[in-house]
Amino acid sequence: MSHAAVAHHTSTGLDSRKIAFWTFIGSECLLFGSLIATYLVYQGRSVSGPTTHEILNIPLTSLSTFDLLMSSLCMVLALAAVQRGDRVWARVWLGMTAFLGAIFLGFQVYEFQHFVHEGLGFTTNLFGSTFFTLTGFHGAHVFVGVLWLLTLLARSFQGKLGPEKALNVEIAGLYWHFVDVVWIVIFTVVYLIQTTPLPTA
Amino acid sequence: MATTAMPHSETAVPTAPAGLWSWVTTTDHKRIGILYGVTAFFFFLVGGLEALVIRLQLGAPGNTLVSAEFYNQLFTMHGTTMVFLAIMPLSAAFFNFIIPLQIGARDVAFPRLNAFSYWVFLLGGLFMNASFFVGPLLGSDALSVAPNGGWFGYANLTSTQYSPGPNIDFWVLGLQILGIASLAAGFNFITTIINLRAPGMKLMRMPVFTWMSFVTQFLIVTAFPVITIGLVFLMFDRVFGTNFYRVSAGGDVLLWQHLFWLFGHPEVYILILPAMGIVSEVLPTFSRKPLFGYAVVVYSGVLIGVVGWGVWAHHMFSTGLGPIADSVFSASTMLIAVPTGVKIFNWIATMWGGRITFAAPMLFAIGFISLFVIGGLSGVMHSSPPADLQQTDTYFVVAHFHYVLFGGAIFGLFAGMYYWWPKIFGHTLREGLGKLHFWLMFIGMNLTFFPMHFSGLLGMPRRIYTYGPELGVDTFNLISTVGALLTGVALLVFLANVIASRRGAAPGANPWNAPTLEWATDSPPPVYNFSVIPTVHAANPLWGKDRMDPAVLPATPPAPIHVPGGSIWPLCTALGIIIMAIGAVMHHHVALSLGTALFGAAVTVVGIYKWAFEPFEV
Repeated sequence: MSHAAVAHHTSTGLDSRKIAFWTFIGSECLLFGSLIATYLVYQGRSVSGPTTHEILNIPLTSLSTFDLLMSSLCMVLALAAVQRGDRVWARVWLGMTAFLGAIFLGFQVYEFQHFVHEGLGFTTNLFGSTFFTLTGFHGAHVFVGVLWLLTLLARSFQGKLGPEKALNVEIAGLYWHFVDVVWIVIFTVVYLIQTTPLPTA
Repeated sequence: MATTAMPHSETAVPTAPAGLWSWVTTTDHKRIGILYGVTAFFFFLVGGLEALVIRLQLGAPGNTLVSAEFYNQLFTMHGTTMVFLAIMPLSAAFFNFIIPLQIGARDVAFPRLNAFSYWVFLLGGLFMNASFFVGPLLGSDALSVAPNGGWFGYANLTSTQYSPGPNIDFWVLGLQILGIASLAAGFNFITTIINLRAPGMKLMRMPVFTWMSFVTQFLIVTAFPVITIGLVFLMFDRVFGTNFYRVSAGGDVLLWQHLFWLFGHPEVYILILPAMGIVSEVLPTFSRKPLFGYAVVVYSGVLIGVVGWGVWAHHMFSTGLGPIADSVFSASTMLIAVPTGVKIFNWIATMWGGRITFAAPMLFAIGFISLFVIGGLSGVMHSSPPADLQQTDTYFVVAHFHYVLFGGAIFGLFAGMYYWWPKIFGHTLREGLGKLHFWLMFIGMNLTFFPMHFSGLLGMPRRIYTYGPELGVDTFNLISTVGALLTGVALLVFLANVIASRRGAAPGANPWNAPTLEWATDSPPPVYNFSVIPTVHAANPLWGKDRMDPAVLPATPPAPIHVPGGSIWPLCTALGIIIMAIGAVMHHHVALSLGTALFGAAVTVVGIYKWAFEPFEV
């Protein structure tokens, strides 16, 4: 794109794609904001179990949270490698980021099917509906991110991801870090700060 | 597969390609603007026709022209069409055509994303309206299974229990699709305005239309995700049986109202701010005076955008939110009238002492101010919860929002059509027919909506297909119906004007002697907009002692200009999204539904990848 080249004082000098992507992330904040707000409003209002304290596994999810945080580190290293034209390490770190993202998804798939096995389905109660929708939306974002990273990896193997294409990796990185930050909020709100248990009737 | 991107023109004088295919693959913001305008006007006529049937049904008490069920579909589709398929995309037509010209750019930041927005809007609009004809295909006895839950779709009226048919599914999916179009356009125009301004076009030199559109885009990208989530919950409740709006499971139907109006009130400003911007262009031009208090008008628009986020619960006074919430939202609603009032005084002060020409665009702009003031005043009336409790769900509210949306937004958009028609099509609309159109519409509009204040205060409820003679509103309703028919005649006059004027003489670059940059280039502009990118030295570059020398824009470009080619992939991606929606609407046949949705997803993915990797240089 040639926009950055024609920068003058009535242009930011930033590439248009970067500005548009930040706008997109702003919009995504409202999307996840609505989901998280709904989760909080409905917290503790399920009329039947199982709910948070009966089913959430904090140690296991801490592990998958750590995995996702490490993938952000790999993303940073991948961008640095692409920027300095280091093809080998670019592939290693892009592959690692996608791999850790896939592991996170694996944790989520395990968690979901374990919950269903324990008797918490999508429609079981209010907690089930809000929990699966919120974490499912996040998981879908991770899934898209993994596809994006694998696409970049394939471009790298085609020899089409030189330093001049670093912006493509940077924007994918913006997305990846955003999805990571959203998870930190979800992990805190859903797993770490739980409501008091329902009084047993 | 070979790329379908057309060869890039690098010749000194690129010309617009011809033929149907060049329109299907176009990425030129001017053509996309025209496509938006024509499509949105078509939907405006559809929505207007629905309104006429509604008015004919209500013309006499106990009328049986349409059934209660079909009436529900008519008023739902009338509201939904006018908001999402008429006013928003008519504004988008002007965003597309005018903004790049006003800021001195060759195109928008992402031409293909722009084409994508249009195709998604077109297909989404067709998808939603197809519901009028596809009932038997979806196992319904009736031909029409159009949405019937109101444009606000309140839970739990929209639940499977109370709306078992596919009607609400069309509405939920249609709105989600249209949201994608608006969001994509929002990212595009924010970036375009931030990054693509010509040298010297500082933010506080930008034309007010561009400014108001800029604020509108921020409202779009922040408000649409909220309704998207509200709609996702509704869709999950309907398709999978989740509990979001299920009271028996502990859910709260008011969650829907909060999510809907958190979007819905910013949406009101999404509808009106572009029209305010248009009027702010037309008034100075026909008063021969720069806009009075330019900076204050701009800041007022920004303030409206910000405060517009803090007034949503005034749509919910009757739900019993409690005295604290009622007081806060009442106060913020009264507060937002202040920047709006400031703008009105600025427009009046612009005309004050000016050499006013009452040309058609000016008449519509003045009509906008007068009618918008009436709608604004009744709006302040129901900012008070005790008054609102009397007025809510009556025709008084219908009168109010038609004064702001028809008297306001539509009059503003017509002002824009008459004003920019010569720039867009290269000929001016006829003045005599234009004046006739204005007066017929002005009288028709007031005849229709003014009596509704009275029928509303007398207790006539909204959204009910008929009323009894004992209510004492027969005459008011008859007058409203006559007014609606007169408004219909006014629109026919406009269409006649469009046809009669089509061979009009070339108007030259600046037929109104207007001050902003879009009038510096030819009418219609060449495919590259400006032969050289002009440098801007003032807020009104074509007026005053520092005005631009016409010679800075030579007839032929002095250097080669790159014009982006076309692309078919935005349309392909949009098609995939619609196929997914068609799959989802058939969710009662699980296998067929999943198969179609997966096929649509595959088309979308192919479209995105082809789009991402085709050679295309902006």
